[in-house]
Amino acid sequence: MPSPEDLRYTREHEWVRVEDGVGTVGITDYAQDQLGDIVYVKLPPVGTVVRQMEPFGEIESVKAVSDLFSPVSGEVVEVNAELEERPELVNLDPYGQGWMLRVRLADPSELERLMTAAEYDAYVAQEMQG
Amino acid sequence: MGETSLLRTPLYPEHLRLGARMVPFAGWEMPLQFRGIVEEHHAVRRAAGMFDVSHMGRFEVQGPEAAAGLRCLCTYAVDRLAPGQGHYSFLCNESGGILDDIYVFRLAGERFLVVANAANADRVRGWLEAHLPTGARLVDRHRSTAMIAVQGPRAVETCAAALVPALGSLPRRACLEVAWGEGTLFASRTGYTGEDGLELVVEAETGAPLWQRLLAAGVVPCGLGARDTLRLEAALPLYGQDIDESVNPFELGLAFAVSLDDGATFVGRQALLRVREQGPRRLLACLRATERGIMRAGYPIYRGQDEVGKVTSGGYSPTLGVSIGMGFLPPPLAQPGTALTVGVRGRPLPVRVVPRPFYRPPRSGQREEATSAQP
Repeated sequence: MPSPEDLRYTREHEWVRVEDGVGTVGITDYAQDQLGDIVYVKLPPVGTVVRQMEPFGEIESVKAVSDLFSPVSGEVVEVNAELEERPELVNLDPYGQGWMLRVRLADPSELERLMTAAEYDAYVAQEMQG
Repeated sequence: MGETSLLRTPLYPEHLRLGARMVPFAGWEMPLQFRGIVEEHHAVRRAAGMFDVSHMGRFEVQGPEAAAGLRCLCTYAVDRLAPGQGHYSFLCNESGGILDDIYVFRLAGERFLVVANAANADRVRGWLEAHLPTGARLVDRHRSTAMIAVQGPRAVETCAAALVPALGSLPRRACLEVAWGEGTLFASRTGYTGEDGLELVVEAETGAPLWQRLLAAGVVPCGLGARDTLRLEAALPLYGQDIDESVNPFELGLAFAVSLDDGATFVGRQALLRVREQGPRRLLACLRATERGIMRAGYPIYRGQDEVGKVTSGGYSPTLGVSIGMGFLPPPLAQPGTALTVGVRGRPLPVRVVPRPFYRPPRSGQREEATSAQP
């Protein structure tokens, strides 16, 4: 299934959707599928300043733990508190209810360093072969 | 290691057909999961699931000296087993260190089946061949048979209805051989999930029909991922993680598989007598997280600032909804109630030592320490 057109993607399989200077961040459908059942998501408190492609949290599946990397730099203005009780939302709805952070973008030009949906799908196809 | 060298079980085509995610495990290409680890885990806890465990070593030992020969190598008095009975045992070295944890079934007076861990199968075969007397012949059944574990509260009744009625009345730890299809079906009332269930062995070519029959009966295919979460909830140790040659059976708290008083001698007996006399220097303890966070194998265990052990198996318990794990601790700290922390990537996760096992099936009064211990 192609990834949503309106998002930008990282090589670490996070996505960001930008509206009014605020980026909503999550992980991709491919990422959640690879991780398997997600049982814990550790997110930073509101007010934390995150940097592009630096870790902002951790995600634990039954199988393994992985770092989460921020697609954009800026201040965290909201975190998805729902994930504390229902981390499986990341599996069920990775682009919707499974969102993780909202970040006020410090530098919108950073978006140019991220992949489009088409680029990301090609990247994943390559990763699946390799 | 190149994946080209991986072995495949007779059920490999079935796994591909069901879309399993395959991974290398102990030299075999095995299903990690089919629909998802948690879903498969719950299927076993609530109804019935099945696992391809054909990667586990299977050796028949036959002959007039089979019983005596095996007794000299096994910690448990397997020569006392009646035909149709089985028991968990260890193979130890002279210092009492565990070479493998195995299940031994007495098929008939002069015929035994030894089930070994996949990763140790070659070593167990070599050990048996080197030490068995001439009156005991080893027949390697590893590649010529398929093995399926059917586990869960509905496993036995489902197998009885779908395969052979006699399976329904098999006592715990007992085994039988019965005609099924063109060949013979071996079944034992054992498993590695903490649930009731059966382990089945058939000729390799009968593996797929058996798997398909169980699938048609509603048994849920499960992978190694669920096998690991299930055995961890049951606090069953896994060779290579919780057990290696530096570990003795008393440290695992599995003295029920060590017979020191039947007058027989076996490899490691002297060392194990000393351990029993002096008490083990460490004990495998069950740890349960009291806050959010997941402990995993290799993470350090702390008492205050002091590192007192390492997690040997850890993860998330789908049944309990918290992280659980096991690790060796000095005996005073291994007592239930002890408050400790586990270092989770640099942060302390509070945990508590709890009684073994983490999970026990609700309706059973007859559960035992470990009904098997094969990954």
